[in-house]
Parts: sequence; C-alpha cells; structure tokens
Amino acid sequence: MTSSALTEPQRYLEAQIRWRPVEIAFWLATLLPFVLAPNYLVLASQIAITALFALSLDLILGYAGIVSLGHAAYFGFGSYTAGLIAKWGWGEPVTGLLMAAAAAGVLGYVSSFIIARFRHLALIMITLGFGLLLAEAANSASWLTGGADGLQGVRMWKLFDVFAFDLYGTTAYSYSLAVLFLAFLVARRLIGSPFGLALRGIRENAVRMPAIGAPARAHIRKAYTIAAVMAGLAGALLAQTTETVSLETLSFARSADVLVILILGGAGRLYGGLVGAIIYMVARDQFSGINPQYWYFWIGTLLILVVLFLPNGVLGGMARLMRFARSRA
Amino acid sequence: MPALATRGLDKRFGSLVVAKDIELTLPPGERYALIGPNGAGKTTLINLITGMLKPDKGRIFLGENEITALEPDARVKCGLVRTFQINTLFPHLSALEAVTLAVCERQGYAGSWWRELPAYGDAVEEAYAILVSLRLAGSCYRPTRELAYGQQRLLEIALALATKPKVLLLDEPAAGVPQGESAELFSVISDLSRDIAVLFIEHDMNVVFRFAHRIIVMVGGRILVEGTPQDIAADHRVRDVYLGGGRHG
Repeated sequence: MTSSALTEPQRYLEAQIRWRPVEIAFWLATLLPFVLAPNYLVLASQIAITALFALSLDLILGYAGIVSLGHAAYFGFGSYTAGLIAKWGWGEPVTGLLMAAAAAGVLGYVSSFIIARFRHLALIMITLGFGLLLAEAANSASWLTGGADGLQGVRMWKLFDVFAFDLYGTTAYSYSLAVLFLAFLVARRLIGSPFGLALRGIRENAVRMPAIGAPARAHIRKAYTIAAVMAGLAGALLAQTTETVSLETLSFARSADVLVILILGGAGRLYGGLVGAIIYMVARDQFSGINPQYWYFWIGTLLILVVLFLPNGVLGGMARLMRFARSRA
Repeated sequence: MPALATRGLDKRFGSLVVAKDIELTLPPGERYALIGPNGAGKTTLINLITGMLKPDKGRIFLGENEITALEPDARVKCGLVRTFQINTLFPHLSALEAVTLAVCERQGYAGSWWRELPAYGDAVEEAYAILVSLRLAGSCYRPTRELAYGQQRLLEIALALATKPKVLLLDEPAAGVPQGESAELFSVISDLSRDIAVLFIEHDMNVVFRFAHRIIVMVGGRILVEGTPQDIAADHRVRDVYLGGGRHG
C-alpha cells in the first residue's frame, strides 16, 4: 500500500509508527562496540540482555500500566531452563533459547490469571511475593539448581555450528544483539497494532475498557504472557552466554534493577528500557571501578535526580527538549 | 419485544435500599428520560443494568436474551452501552485512537498484534466517520486531555456509538456543559439513528421535556411514575417530589 492510497486518518496513524532516522541511527550505533570497544563486548552483551529484559517490562508496565516488582521470576526461570537444557546434554543455543522462552511463557500465562485480577499496590505485593517465592524455591532445590553455588556444568555448543562462545564476547554480543533486535521488532509491531492500542487503553483508563466492550483481563493475560516470553529470552541469553546460572537471576534486586532501568530511560517509549540499560550498566561499570562498595549510592542519586527533573525518564526529557527547540526555531 | 427490560431488580447496600423492584421497559428506538432527585438511584440503576453492580434480585433482558449473568464487556458486545456522568476517557490517546480502539474491540481486531493499525482501514474509517458525525473531526488527532470539555462529552458519546449499541444509556450527557451548548448536545443525541433506544439521565427539565418521548421518575430507589411528558407535567406526585421539599439536584 502506498501512502497516497491511505486516507488522512490512516496517514496520521501511519506517521506514528513510521521508522524515524534516529531509530536507524540507534541500531547502527549498537554495532559500534565491535569496532570502538572490542574489549568491552562482554559488557555490551550484558547490556543487550538487560535491555531485552527492560523491554519486556516496558510492554506490561509502560504500555498496559501493570506494575511488577517480581519480573525477575521469568528472567530467572528462562535462565535456569536454558542452563539445565544445556547441562543435560542439549547445548544447541537457538533451540535451547526457544525452549527456555516457551517455558517462561507458560509460567507467565499461568500466573497471569492472578495478575489480571489486581492493580496498583495489590499488584506490587503479588508480583513481589511471587518473585520471592520462586527465588526461595530455586534456593532450596539445590539438587536441581545448584543452590547458592549456581548452576555448574553448562556447556554450550557452537552457535550455528560455527561461532564458539569465546572469552572476548564477540559471539555473545552478536547473538544477544540479534535476539534483542528481533524481539524489539516484534514489540514495535505489537505496540503499533490494535492490541497495542488496547494495552494503552488499559493504561489510560482500565475501568473504562469494559464499557467499550473490551475484555481487559484477557488483554492483560496476553500481554503478560508475551512479556514473560521476552523476559525468558533475556534470562536464557544470560545463561547461554555466561555458561552459568546463579540465584541472582531470580533475585528481588534484579526485579528492582530492571524497574529502575526502565524508569531511568523512560517507560512506555519502547527505547526507554534500551537507553536505560546502557546508562545503568555503563554507570555501574564505571562507578564500581572507582569505589565498588558505594555503587548504590550513585544509582540512588541518579534515580532521585531523574525522577525530580526528568519525570518521564531520559527519553521523556529528550523529547521535551526537542519540542522546546522546535518551538524556538 | 422491548429493546431492554428489567424485572424485579433489587439492590441494597447494607440497610440502604438503592433499587427496589425496578420494572423498566424500553421499546426499540425510543428516547426515554430518567429523572429524580439526587440520591434517587438513577446512576445505580444504570450500573445495575450494565453489570457494573450485581443486583441482589431480579433479571435483565436485552431483546429476547437474558443478560443478568453477563460481565460488563459481554453486555457491550450484545449492544448495551453506557456513557458516564464524569468524563472517563483515555487522556493520552487522541480522539481518533480512542474511537478506533472501540471499533476494533467490536470488530474483534483488538486481540491481533501482528498487523499495525493503518492496515485496519475499515476500522479507522468507521471511527473517523463517527467523529465526523459528532463534529469532532477537526480535533480528532489531538490528545483527549487537550480537548474542550464539551468535546470530551461528545467523545463519550462517540465511544459509545463505536460499539454499535442497540440500547444506549446516557448518564447526564450534558453534565458540566454550559446551558446553551447542552441543547446542541441533545440535538446530536436526538439525531442518533432510530435503531438505537436511548435512556438518558438529565436534570435540566427544559431539555427533558424537549427531547424525551417518555419520562421515568425515580425516587428513593423506586420508580414513582412513568409517562409521556404531558402526563409527568400534570402529575402532582412528581410536583410534590420536586417542589414540596424534595431537593432539585
């Protein structure tokens, strides 16, 4: 369909989902670490994984307004599933990744029946409780998970039978970035779809949705399941690229971190989690190099400053700046 | 066959009776006004009919189907739709997006997440046509929260129309709108398709007598009387309620 065949309302909607030059620049820039910082590809890979995790939270929190303090449950579940599959003898990365994502999706679907019934504070408590529950279960099932020592003996085969996971992280970053990009394309499409519009409707006014005939809970269940799949993908990537899984993947700290990252970058903007992950992970890398024990002091400072001065995150602030510049021009 | 009927609808909150033995019959295509002093249970009745409250007793029929047990969104799918007394809209969605959303829900597109909105040209066009018919086309690309109050009231109605209602319940559609504009808003309502049966709550008696074919008067959770505007104007019980100590809200 050419844009001239579209009616005016369609053109308006089309303009909202069009790829902007800055987006293309962003994705091209993700290739820079290969050239500019080849010694930091391991970090870059961790950033890509964290960004994917934050993107999955953005789908439910940023778009549907579903607050979660236990999102690490799906990350960790994907992580352990991927780790165990490899440990038990199937080290093929891509199929392992898909199986782990599917497992996280099943967990997400089952828990979504509870999630969809609640909102606000009750939802925070339930997701928090669910996250703690799963973390403690993994801790006590040390025969399966390795407990506090982490899951040992994860051996990945070469990616596509060609690229080994090396110490420098070249394969790890390429792999993580590719998965992140594909997941991003799916998320972007979802946000532009009627379903994405329905999610925004739930965020804007959940009470009104039934009055326009919307099965809001069914929408929430679906979004939650998709987000769980993406979180599982991220967790599985971490397990596969580091060849180990620790209890930390299920921890409250990871749930809280991803929330901070998303708010830092700007929720409900698709790129918020990505930008937040870059800032957060690079800052952590730098600050913890200076004085590791005070690292959370700086993150706390950063968070307060962002909420005070950039209530819609870094991206929200940038958008405001752009509007200001345009109105001046 | 009435478009909407309730049989023996009862609801109480603790010892407070908010609806008692409500027998309401709304024929297809008619414009009914529901009036009564503040606290008479008008909004409660709409909440009961639309499923936002569960009645303690009684049954509700839409056409020939009983809908007493259906969830609110399922009732909307059957053609029973309401608007709200206070604007309950989607502040950051544009008017076009909001109405498109309602159309997509009706068409069953809203669950699909693999094709983007512009591909659903029929839904977008239908939403736009509704906005044009309510004279909202000029500002339909702006976020709802930036619309003038009167436009937001119209958007409430646009959202309801997007669900293709058979029965439309309007809870004070002109609440907060300046008097001159409220007549305009009601002329939009009276121009609605005659396939739609309309029940509206309204306090402005000029508007009620001008636009309603029949009037239902509620007092203390009960239907006091129902009749044509002439009947109601002549009914001394109604006069007692409104003039004899009853508060005109």
